[in-house]
Amino acid sequence: MKVIQTNDLTKYYGKQRGIVNLNLSVEQGDFYGFIGPNGAGKSTTIKILLGLISATGGRAEVLGKDIRKNKTDILSRIGYLPSETMFYGGMRVREILRFSADLRKKDCDDEAKRLCERLELDPARKAEELSLGNRKKVGIVCAMQHKPELYIMDEPTSGLDPLMQKEFFSLLKERNQEGATVFLSSHVLSEVQRYCSHAAVIRDGRIMVSDSVEHLGNTEAKRVTVRGIRELPDLEKIRDAEVSEDAVSFLYGGRPNALLKALSGLPVTDLTITEPDLEEVFIHYYEEEV
Amino acid sequence: MIIVKHELRQGRISLMIWTATIAFMMGICILIFPDMSSDMGDLGRMFSDMGSFSAAFGMDKINFGEFTGFFAVECGNILGLGGAFYAAYIGIMALSKEEKEHTAEFLLSHPVSRTRIVAEKLLAVFLQILVLNAVTAAVTAAGILVIREEVQAETMVLLLAAYLLMQIETAAVSFGISAFLSRSGPGIGIGLAALLYFLNIAANLTEKLKFLKYITPFGYTDGAEIIADGALQTGFLATGLVLGAAGLISAFWYYTRKDIVS
Repeated sequence: MKVIQTNDLTKYYGKQRGIVNLNLSVEQGDFYGFIGPNGAGKSTTIKILLGLISATGGRAEVLGKDIRKNKTDILSRIGYLPSETMFYGGMRVREILRFSADLRKKDCDDEAKRLCERLELDPARKAEELSLGNRKKVGIVCAMQHKPELYIMDEPTSGLDPLMQKEFFSLLKERNQEGATVFLSSHVLSEVQRYCSHAAVIRDGRIMVSDSVEHLGNTEAKRVTVRGIRELPDLEKIRDAEVSEDAVSFLYGGRPNALLKALSGLPVTDLTITEPDLEEVFIHYYEEEV
Repeated sequence: MIIVKHELRQGRISLMIWTATIAFMMGICILIFPDMSSDMGDLGRMFSDMGSFSAAFGMDKINFGEFTGFFAVECGNILGLGGAFYAAYIGIMALSKEEKEHTAEFLLSHPVSRTRIVAEKLLAVFLQILVLNAVTAAVTAAGILVIREEVQAETMVLLLAAYLLMQIETAAVSFGISAFLSRSGPGIGIGLAALLYFLNIAANLTEKLKFLKYITPFGYTDGAEIIADGALQTGFLATGLVLGAAGLISAFWYYTRKDIVS
């Protein structure tokens, strides 16, 4: 079953582009990364999926239902973490969590307590005293305490320290293993590569590519690092090159024979050829049309 | 009623301050009436003979030496203006504050329809106005008992009802505007209440501007007319109800369709 399905989803804010003919497909049980720089359209897509804004064109289905017609039902099955988490002044953390649970007509006290312990969040703290990271933790508990079927997380790790990021992802992984679907937007490619099984790259409101993370990293281009030389070999299809004192490194998309031939006459002391990481692939998709 | 409870909790300090201030000022005003009326002498005539100034505040038709006349002008201005400012403030903030304070995303991503959110917020606004008016009515009744003044209960009820209806209309119109705002609100609300108050003063000054009483809810809170007629001015009240209803309909219509960007 498709948990998220969009067909030619389009949003314009007046004349300003939000997203254009966006087609997304997220399967049940997937751990899906939505990658793109600021302003690419990630938050716009998420806000349409949650019914916070209306699409100018196209369709969006979440959990098999049209978001415009079944919004309340869909929202009861979603846990959402906004990129910027803000809460009502004068409330303590435990009151915010209970208010969120009450709005869902659920008793989540036990789960909230468990999540607060794991995230080292003090429920007695006042909302206005919370740091960015602690506000994020409150948002995470609000999104997870009712154990939804779908988690939509908009840049979830911003503001969290590395240990908390690890704990957060281990919580998400647990929920994912229990059958929940995770859809997270990020511009931190390493976390998408580490945790997500599928990903889509969005640029200027359009999906550039969507595939399994394994396939996305598996492009024809290889990262080549050659020690012992200070100049790039005479080759075509070289990009993203770096030259240091005793080595050169570049992405090479040509034939292996041409590479070996070009290197054969050079004083090479070491040679490594590796798969590019997702960040390099990401930059590749962005640079391609610049 | 989770949102009603939440709204009442969020607005409780503001409600306490406004209620205490208005009730305290009204209480003081009522308590000084016996001294004022005994020293009044020609003062009442003087108040009613100040030409346009007397007309502007309805003092030309009222006997200032009687408690109801005194209450209609002095306490009427405190409860009328203070209540209108408060009603406009909470009305204009009700919906707009969620976007202004960036809590809209939190609230609207929960499984509660926007229609229900608007309805519960509106109910909370009306409840807060009712609390303010109930307390001021209680303080008024207590003040009357303390000064042992005989008053026409029916006229007093009419006066207090007129102020309550005026606040509800002001809140309803402000609530309608609130749906369209995503940033600042209080300034617009207080400005609107002040504008409506001065429209009534202008309408009292000249017959040519009498039509303004159909626009401003202060038109049907004119104490002199209420005391003289023993009834509320139904024409002004009817247009007020239409304006209030228009505010509420526009709030429900627009907010249920609005893009929540921030």
